[in-house]
Amino acid sequence: MFHDARLIASRDLRIELRSKVATWQVVPFALLSLILFAFAIGPNPALLKQTSPGLFWLALLFASVLGTQRSLSVEGDDATREATRLLDLDPAGIFLGKCLALIVEFVLLELVLLAGVLLFFHTHVTAWPLLVASLVLAPIGLSSASVIYGSVTTGLRSSATLLPLLVLPVLAPLLIAGARCFAEATGSTGNSAEWSGVLAVFSGVYLLLGIVLYGPLEES
Amino acid sequence: MGTAISLTSAVALVGRFPVLAGVDLSIPQGSVTTILGANGAGKTSLLRLLAGLQRLDGGNAMVLACDLSQPGRGFRRRVGLLGHDPGLYEDLTAEENLAFAMRAVRLPATHVGQALARCGIQDRLLKTPVRSLSQGQRRRVGLAKLVARRPELWLLDEPHASLDEATRVLVGELVEEAATAGATVVATSHEPEYSVPMADLVVTMGGGIVTASCRGGRHVS
Amino acid sequence: MTRAKLTKWIGIVSFLAVAVDIWLGLWVTPPDAQQGNFVRLVYIHPALAWVALYLAFGVAAICSILYLWPRTRSFTMDRIAASAVEVGVVFTVLTLITGSIWGRPTWGVWWTWDARLTSTALLAVLFVGYLALRRVPADPHVRARRSAIAAIIAAIDVPIVHFSVVWWQTLHQGATVLNPNLTPTIHGIMAWTLLLSFLAFTGLFVWMLLVRFDIAVLEDLDSDESLDVALAQRRAEGAAS
Repeated sequence: MFHDARLIASRDLRIELRSKVATWQVVPFALLSLILFAFAIGPNPALLKQTSPGLFWLALLFASVLGTQRSLSVEGDDATREATRLLDLDPAGIFLGKCLALIVEFVLLELVLLAGVLLFFHTHVTAWPLLVASLVLAPIGLSSASVIYGSVTTGLRSSATLLPLLVLPVLAPLLIAGARCFAEATGSTGNSAEWSGVLAVFSGVYLLLGIVLYGPLEES
Repeated sequence: MGTAISLTSAVALVGRFPVLAGVDLSIPQGSVTTILGANGAGKTSLLRLLAGLQRLDGGNAMVLACDLSQPGRGFRRRVGLLGHDPGLYEDLTAEENLAFAMRAVRLPATHVGQALARCGIQDRLLKTPVRSLSQGQRRRVGLAKLVARRPELWLLDEPHASLDEATRVLVGELVEEAATAGATVVATSHEPEYSVPMADLVVTMGGGIVTASCRGGRHVS
Repeated sequence: MTRAKLTKWIGIVSFLAVAVDIWLGLWVTPPDAQQGNFVRLVYIHPALAWVALYLAFGVAAICSILYLWPRTRSFTMDRIAASAVEVGVVFTVLTLITGSIWGRPTWGVWWTWDARLTSTALLAVLFVGYLALRRVPADPHVRARRSAIAAIIAAIDVPIVHFSVVWWQTLHQGATVLNPNLTPTIHGIMAWTLLLSFLAFTGLFVWMLLVRFDIAVLEDLDSDESLDVALAQRRAEGAAS
């Protein structure tokens, strides 16, 4: 399982390093949505600072859908997917590998977005450990749910429009918990270990589900 | 020599359409078989069934001593399928594509360079992303993948189509080498002038079934 | 008794029960001291919510798991799951509408970010996604498998959504303004009417599920019978050429 996971993750990351689609399309899109949100809300620094947790997470979620679609297109056309199926890789390994590559990409995305929020919205981080915990935990659940639903829509004609409809409602708890963590960490209210707990539970549940369910999904 | 492939009344559905409508076929191990037939006769579907990519919906199918109604894990690894499109990752080089496949089936990647060289992919072409290779070069990379993997069953979907003379000769040589080494080869074709001489058995398909079969021009020494 | 007859009788009894429930709810039971006539929604709304949130999606989730389990894999499971979700979405929308009508006098607005309301709405979207997935043309086996996985993931998301929305809402808005809690004012004829509403709508759900399931079977039966014909036609293609 881990052999195959490493193999898939290194393939995905190598293709990304070479094509730089995520770097030059997904990351700029995330930053762009931050700026557009600011336009929509108006140049009120207090209001922008107050809404920044939500904006950060919405931008991350929308960009993650694009990142997932890119991760699916890395699998190539039908012929390439069939050639890979012939290699009989462990489904759980494929799932973990794709998640691993996406986690790396999502963490980088988070860092860029964080810099954007700190810069544009004058947010100050008061509780780094909480913020770091949430930014490490969330991508696990985010990538797990995205990879499962991504595979559910793979090869279907309208997969590009179906994926966001399927995956975004499922990510609602992640959005709520992530935004609360962000708000706590940037000093709005008191303690909130519970919210990173929600992130941990969400990530754990979907990681496990993916490992179990990816087998049936990969069958012919 | 045992039997590599044994199908009785094999039916395969795509959606509700029977692409294979009861195929009876028996192929000995280490032999070369050519499948002729018009477009839509079910040739490609048969190869996909043999590769474990197409579900068996009726009848019996034993391939490499595996029951295709319940192919265990590891079955597909023993089979190599080369289609019209060799199914390579566009952004990776020929070398990386092969190395990925070799590592996936737990084989050492040491033969990769050798196999590519055998198929005429050398020097500059090794380091070029597949995206920039011509169709013919891609097919050579696909062949090299088979050579390096050494599967027990080679499934070639129109291996001669749209290739130059040198590559067609190469295909013939590789098939002969594989069969001599004990592998079973099944190839579909629209070019009997190339595919019949290299075959032990020539099978004609039509309407999702085998309609005729006869001996080919290959002489086993 | 045959299946068709059973279905028919379940339908007749359920419709009668719903009619009696409405009669009891609108004319026999008294209005509430605080909520007035709006309290009569209690004879519809909770029963609808029970069918939508627990029964329909519970059935869909269980059948989806049974489909994925190799020993119980059959298209029957797939069809029941699909029918349950389809009926469930109808009941969820009715739950949201009746909830919203009830909320208008109680909260003063049509919509509030109440935990139950929000998670119910999200559930509706999740299962609309499931139905959208089913509508995309694909091989029946592939579609059944993918739909089952989508249903399981959605079902598992529901409790997580519910708890996070409850926390989100309590931490954000303070204590809940009004919780439509029923127990203190319920007695006598009201309790019986409430009980009847649950039975009536459960029966109605079962009837709709059976009818929808039969339609799904008929849709596929058409093609099952023609397999031999299709095989013969396919073989004839070869003879012709």
